[in-house]
Amino acid sequence: MRQRLKDGINGWAALCTMVAALLLAAGNAGEARAEYGDVVMNQSSEAAGMRPVVFPHWFHRVRYSCKVCHSDLGIKLEAGGTGIDMLKIIDGAYCGACHNGNVAWSVERCDLCHSGKPGTRTQVHQSAIQKPLAPAAASGAKK
Amino acid sequence: MAKTMLMAYAALIFALAGMPAVAQDAADPANAFNRLLDPAAQRNPPPAEDGIHDPANAGTRMLQAPLEAFGPLPKRNSGNRVDWVGAQASGKIRPRWNAADPKESAAALDLNIVREVKGSMPDVVFPHKQHTELLDCGVCHPAIFEMQKGANQMSMAAILLGQGCGACHGRVAFPVVECRLCHSRAKKAAATGAAAVGRQARR
Ligand code: HEC
Ligand code: HEC
Ligand code: HEC
Ligand code: HEC
Ligand code: HEC
Ligand code: HEC
Repeated sequence: MRQRLKDGINGWAALCTMVAALLLAAGNAGEARAEYGDVVMNQSSEAAGMRPVVFPHWFHRVRYSCKVCHSDLGIKLEAGGTGIDMLKIIDGAYCGACHNGNVAWSVERCDLCHSGKPGTRTQVHQSAIQKPLAPAAASGAKK
Repeated sequence: MAKTMLMAYAALIFALAGMPAVAQDAADPANAFNRLLDPAAQRNPPPAEDGIHDPANAGTRMLQAPLEAFGPLPKRNSGNRVDWVGAQASGKIRPRWNAADPKESAAALDLNIVREVKGSMPDVVFPHKQHTELLDCGVCHPAIFEMQKGANQMSMAAILLGQGCGACHGRVAFPVVECRLCHSRAKKAAATGAAAVGRQARR
């Protein structure tokens, strides 16, 4: 009888482990779920104690053509390629051309831009180039 | 003592009875029905659940969920799952051409470039019109493409690596899975090829 109970407890432990594993798997899948075209920028943010920045292309392209940012404002077609930082932003370049409290809410709303999960690296999400890397990410090789 | 044991048993039986649903997936995740396909339920997640936003950040909860914005827009099967060209053509969205002047609109160039494709796939038609409603000439010419028909090397391998059309398609503009949007013109060569095969068959 005592042995049976022990098996029972082992069964529970196994069940708990399985549930935990399932939840973990769901958590890991997060990387692959991000909205298409979302850009994470984390060249200087986390090193300076801020969360990474998440830039949503879908939200902005509803309002602006690509030309506004990629021609008029000089933003490069490469995640991390422009070298955006806070000083340029408060001086009215890049995000700061609009996020100035006049066209769009201003830079004081830090956590609307710095909303990324710590540890997420600079990249555009759901890209064709990123896909072949996914298995490596799932096994935790990438950070 | 016996009572606690009984309760433990009851709990165990309860747990086992409830298990099959979990167990079928969990027992053998190696043979899950879909291994590499992204499940439909994970499409267009709200920021707090998308894996790149920090749910613990107060600002994350203030951000718009994509599906709220996409609701009224025409649909597509991939990428943002929005037909962006259709959304703009039907006036559902009006992306500004000039940030300062909502009235200014693009002087679109209506010029199709046909690229003949090796093998069985239909030829590629590159439409300047849809592109120049969103992009300046300078974004593509000459940084990505020489301004001359046929002057640029193109291939699917290069596109998947992010070159040529792949500078945008597969990153922000509709992804490469939508073969038919680019490979949109039936081949002249294919038609004559089929006729040749037909003649041979008759012989
Ligand atoms: C409009 C969006 C936006 C807002 C609002 C914003 N930031 Fe940033 N911030 C950025 C971007 C983009 C970068 C560069 C991201 C990168 O590559 O790490 C950045 C970088 C930083 C950095 C890294 C080093 C540096 O100085 O550039 C710090 C620190 C920082 N931000 C702090 C803040 C603080 C504090 C606030 C609020 C007062 C704030 N940010 C508001 C977009 C924003
Ligand atoms: C509101 C500004 C804005 C608009 C509008 C915009 N983008 Fe971007 N785009 C950005 C920023 C910011 C980056 C990241 C640049 C960096 O990190 O240096 C970026 C990066 C990119 C990248 C590079 C991603 C990678 O693979 O690294 C592509 C491609 C791109 N944009 C295409 C487009 C297209 C196509 C449109 C129009 C449908 C568009 N963008 C509209 C701001 C914008
Ligand atoms: C051409 C103008 C423009 C530029 C450049 C721009 N934004 Fe925005 N952005 C807007 C506007 C307009 C809104 C909507 C503001 C509002 O809700 O009042 C917005 C909203 C946002 C939002 C909130 C989206 C939501 O869910 O409500 C984020 C986050 C954001 N921008 C980040 C950035 C970052 C990061 C950059 C620079 C890399 C940037 N933006 C550059 C115009 C711009
Ligand atoms: C999205 C990228 C893109 C944009 C934006 C773009 N083009 Fe092109 N253009 C192309 C491609 C691709 C070709 C074909 C190149 C080839 O076949 O090698 C081309 C070819 C051309 C040609 C050569 C036609 C021929 O018969 O030889 C001209 C002229 C041209 N573009 C003018 C323009 C002008 C003017 C604009 C702005 C109004 C513009 N393009 C914007 C991608 C673009
Ligand atoms: C600089 C960025 C960029 C480049 C380079 C580019 N495209 Fe596009 N393309 C776009 C954008 C943005 C759209 C609008 C639709 C979207 O975003 O899904 C678009 C739309 C299209 C459409 C129309 C789809 C429709 O729904 O009507 C076709 C076809 C197309 N592209 C083919 C090509 C081909 C072929 C090439 C390479 C020769 C190419 N594009 C290169 C950005 C680009
Ligand atoms: C963004 C536009 C675009 C999309 C989407 C696209 N193609 Fe292509 N494809 C091209 C271009 C451009 C070429 C090169 C044509 C040339 O040789 O000038 C090409 C060439 C090819 C070729 C000939 C071999 C080669 O690499 O040159 C095959 C096969 C092909 N594509 C298959 C596909 C399949 C399958 C899909 C869907 C999964 C697809 N393509 C989606 C633009 C596209």
